[in-house]
Amino acid sequence: MQYIRPTDGGRRSRLAFGFLSILIVFAALSAPVVAQDVVADTPADTTAVSHVPAPATSVVVDDYKYDFGDRLNLSWVPSIDDQIGERMVLGYIVYRSINGGEFKPLESLLPGASSFEDKDLHADSSYVYYVAAFSETDTVPSIHTQAHQPEREFIHFDLLWLFVIAALISFSVIYFIWMARAGKDLFVRKIAGLDAVDDAIGRATEMGRPILFIPGIQDMDDVQTIAGLTILGRVAKQIADYDTRIRMPVSRSLVMTAARETIKAAYQIAGRPDAYSDDMVNYVTDEQFGYVAAVDGIMVRERPATIFLLGAFFAESLILAETGNSVGAIQIAGTARPAQLPFFIAACDFTLIGEELFAASAYLSGEPKQLGSLKGQDVGKGIAMAVILIGVISVTLGKAFDIEIFNWIADALSTVFSKAGGS
Amino acid sequence: MKKTSVIILSGVVILFLVSWLVKGASLSGEENPYLQGFLTTFAAFLTLAVFSFLYRDNPFYKFAEHLFVGASAAYWMTLGFWQTLVKKLIPKLSDGLANFFEVPTEEHSYWYFLPVILGLLLLMRLSKKGGWLSRWPLAFIVGYTAGINFVGYLRSDFVKQVSSTFVPLLIDWQGVGHFFSNFSLAIDGQFVMMLANVVIFVGVLCGLVYFFFSKEHTGLFGTASRVGIWILMITFGASFGYTVMGRISLLVGRLTFLFKDWLGLIS
Repeated sequence: MQYIRPTDGGRRSRLAFGFLSILIVFAALSAPVVAQDVVADTPADTTAVSHVPAPATSVVVDDYKYDFGDRLNLSWVPSIDDQIGERMVLGYIVYRSINGGEFKPLESLLPGASSFEDKDLHADSSYVYYVAAFSETDTVPSIHTQAHQPEREFIHFDLLWLFVIAALISFSVIYFIWMARAGKDLFVRKIAGLDAVDDAIGRATEMGRPILFIPGIQDMDDVQTIAGLTILGRVAKQIADYDTRIRMPVSRSLVMTAARETIKAAYQIAGRPDAYSDDMVNYVTDEQFGYVAAVDGIMVRERPATIFLLGAFFAESLILAETGNSVGAIQIAGTARPAQLPFFIAACDFTLIGEELFAASAYLSGEPKQLGSLKGQDVGKGIAMAVILIGVISVTLGKAFDIEIFNWIADALSTVFSKAGGS
Repeated sequence: MKKTSVIILSGVVILFLVSWLVKGASLSGEENPYLQGFLTTFAAFLTLAVFSFLYRDNPFYKFAEHLFVGASAAYWMTLGFWQTLVKKLIPKLSDGLANFFEVPTEEHSYWYFLPVILGLLLLMRLSKKGGWLSRWPLAFIVGYTAGINFVGYLRSDFVKQVSSTFVPLLIDWQGVGHFFSNFSLAIDGQFVMMLANVVIFVGVLCGLVYFFFSKEHTGLFGTASRVGIWILMITFGASFGYTVMGRISLLVGRLTFLFKDWLGLIS
């Protein structure tokens, strides 16, 4: 590392020395005799007048590990005058020079700071930093760092184990899709709520009332909404077959577009494209409770025979489910949000709990792709159960009885999963 | 309109006017007292209109509902235009447009034309011939969502949950004799901490069994599955009570508004 003396440092030192000399002479002439003795006995006290803090030291810049070449880490040892109690340093200012250009202040940090992460950099530029400690009266720069160019890494090797786990599950999914396409019968256990779908649609048909489908209040970037729309495809096909009415108010414009496409495709598959209408799906508002107010109104005015609540729900879950219950509709709900599931369980006839919502579309459709995906996920759950079992037994026996092999297994599993989890 | 409806509507209008005038007079020390009085009375009216749904659907609820839906839909559209298009997109593409909308200019990035194109494709739904093009941005969104969430959920809902379940079932274990001689039901005692870890372990394992779809839930597997659903239901029960308490506080907030800010019955 190269030490570069600040350009005005020498002049500042000379000025400070002159200023101190004048102060000492003035104090010696003006102070009483007793005080003169004290000053004479303790010459070191003259430094107490100075407010020039010591600089930060060991300023080092490092590349940020595993990034796109847009970050650098700066670290330093705080000034010796930056200590709790008698803190002279009021903070630090990080200065940066890009490609040998002028140093410009980048960030002001609180006292005690010892690192800084510089973001949004360019991989093809070089950066030099220094850190200036400042007190009430002075600013003292540190040495400059060496010029450093951020490096770009394309593979995050710390996440190797996450990749292995993801690859294992992905290959399981592909394998089971292949099996299903080859005509192998893949078993999926009975899911109670889904067996009621046919009955619920039949009920609406017999009663001559509409079916209300609520896909939650999130957008298409939520997997629960996608799961809800996948089930909608199957439900809409049956509705088309039975010539029942469907009503679908939504709170997101993209969901409206996707839902219209889904229902349209279902009606085409059912051989009734003429019966499809864009009016089946209508946008209400993005506002959570505005949407709830409108849907509640639809429920009490149109009195649907069947209500599907499948998607991501928040505080509106109980309001919707209770209103649906009050109009006597058979309700099939499903969400992966743990906080809302209790309300659906309390107020709906059937509830798809978490993973069941995602399994539902595969169960209902029986399509090879979806069945393969479901079976592949089951492989993941099987791995999780086995690992938990082995991990807990190893930790327990290793810690309680200090058996080396169990300690080793526990450490290995812990390392693999903490690395895969990114911690 | 029925005679009863006219009487009720007239009564509500009269009450509204009286409330407005009284509230305005009571706020005489403040700036624009009658405007403040109107706003408070209108807020109280809308609150009561929504509450009236508890009795049955009625014109007052319909009024509040339609006002809410209309105002919020317009609000979100305006917000989307100014916050997304004007604030985030335009400065990345055109200095002229940024200056026109009086937003700070930014370094141009032509990647931002990609969302513009996808957005325009979405609008192709309005065209009879090119309607199919609107499926492309949808496919992009769904594909992107599935891909980005796969890694995120694998980390948060799978890997981290599994590693958090590596808990020892025996804590500070020094033999059965020591365990019983020092038996305590203290919250930080050996027994309670061991019990907590056993509940975590059994709960997670049995919960996973419940969500395993490739095997019929019979025999030992069925028993584990039933334990899993019991644990889920107990958790849901606790969550239900906790959330209902939160909702009660929301109700208290509205009642406080009615009795304090509007009627002034609570000091």
